[in-house]
Amino acid sequence: MRDLHKSYGNVHAVQGIDFEVARGEVFGLLGPNGAGKTTTVEVLEGYRERTRGIVSVVGHDPGGRPRALRERVGIVLQSSGIYRHATPRELITHWAGFYPAPRDVEEVIDLAGLRESENVLTRKLSGGQARRLDFALALVGDPELIFLDEPTTGFDPAARRAAWETIRALADLGKTVLLTTHYLDEAQALCDRVAIIKDGRILAVGAPAQLGVGASSRYRVSWRAEAGELVSRETDDPTGLLHQLTSAALARGTGLEDLTVSRPSLEDVYLELTAEVADEEPSR
Amino acid sequence: MTAALALTWRQYRLERTMFWRNPSAAFFNFVLPLLFLALFGAIFSGSQEDLDIIVPGIAGMSIMTTTFVALAMNLVFLREQGVLKRLRGTPLPSGVYLASLAAHAVTNTTIQLSIVVGAGALLFGVGLPQDWLMLAVFVAAGVACLTSLGVALSHAIPNFDSAPAYVNAIFLPVIVLSGVFYDAEAAPTFLRDIAQALPLTHLIDGLSAAMVSGAAFSDHLDDLAVLLIWGILGAVLAVRGFCWEARRG
Repeated sequence: MRDLHKSYGNVHAVQGIDFEVARGEVFGLLGPNGAGKTTTVEVLEGYRERTRGIVSVVGHDPGGRPRALRERVGIVLQSSGIYRHATPRELITHWAGFYPAPRDVEEVIDLAGLRESENVLTRKLSGGQARRLDFALALVGDPELIFLDEPTTGFDPAARRAAWETIRALADLGKTVLLTTHYLDEAQALCDRVAIIKDGRILAVGAPAQLGVGASSRYRVSWRAEAGELVSRETDDPTGLLHQLTSAALARGTGLEDLTVSRPSLEDVYLELTAEVADEEPSR
Repeated sequence: MTAALALTWRQYRLERTMFWRNPSAAFFNFVLPLLFLALFGAIFSGSQEDLDIIVPGIAGMSIMTTTFVALAMNLVFLREQGVLKRLRGTPLPSGVYLASLAAHAVTNTTIQLSIVVGAGALLFGVGLPQDWLMLAVFVAAGVACLTSLGVALSHAIPNFDSAPAYVNAIFLPVIVLSGVFYDAEAAPTFLRDIAQALPLTHLIDGLSAAMVSGAAFSDHLDDLAVLLIWGILGAVLAVRGFCWEARRG
């Protein structure tokens, strides 16, 4: 995808986004609400026409929503509305009929973790179970590429972990995954590469660990001082600093409580990159 | 082509299965018109003249509930829930989907009309339809017309909470004006003029001729023409306004 632009009237939701996702990669679009993540993904999915730019998804232009493209991608939307008076098993079986070479229904039910709720009407499913059904329906056509738009927003921690497991399982099957999220830990836990996006522009792209390193080569050392407050200091030379700290502590005959040494996390980079615009206007 | 038909059949089967599991849909489609038939049948039980009006009237109303009302409500619900958007992301062709919805509505209409016609013959002394072919033609025209108008209406409804208000604001005046419950000819002139513009009036006219009076088909071609005009208008609006996604804001 090159130089993607999308405007609604005078609102430029996406202004010049470029990225490429390799086969088998889990790629994340990370950014605050209203950054243009969903707009970008919906252009790729064929739901929205782009204003300009060149877009290719598994070799097709998604603009005309060609059926050949729809047969090769699976989509998990932000909202998980589904027929209320059918069961997961019925829906997965039905969805399988849409695709030329679907996966085995039983396998998909197991993969998505729906075995216990396969015969429950969908209106009785919990949020987490409904999300599993979303994954199952996106997966049953055996797509090469799966879009996940904020797959765990609004989930409790247990449901999030379960969703992460499913997403890792998709990656293990060799699927290419493009996900959007505004959770840093999610991007860090799941993605091979992340693009940080804000106000319709990409601010940085790279592996989560590299993004941290790239922004700064400094280490952060923190510990609890004698007065009880947490002190942290950034340094290029963690060995030297630690030596000073530990010798001083040993000399005093006290311990260093809560001592940690960390690299700048994705979170630090993210906050640094998105900070300058954060005060201007509340995001949508 | 065979594949498309097979897919339509699959989608149709799913729609049927889900329909019977949804008590409120079954109620609106089947029970309400039959309740009206029973009530008005009891009220007018002494007067064959009135029964001859109410039975085709309820038949026309049934066509409207199983197509117009059901589709408008259902499509708004599916759109606002994001089901339409989800389907649009699959390889299911739009035409296949819409054909299966139409087939689903036609099945409901057929079941409903069979009950109304049967009850008319067995319980209300209306007798079996005089002209089966004419009945079939008018039912087909009514279904096509009211289906497309129902789809068109769904575009005008902003969200699901307001759907019953929009649908009833049209449905209730229309069934009263169109002479479901009385002979539309007996109404005051200005009401009669409004009624003459409504498709249901002409549908009931045609049904009445086919079921009760046995009037010649050629005398009712104007009724068919009105249904056709409304049907074309509805189809244009239905296709042009079709929206797969929930409205924002």
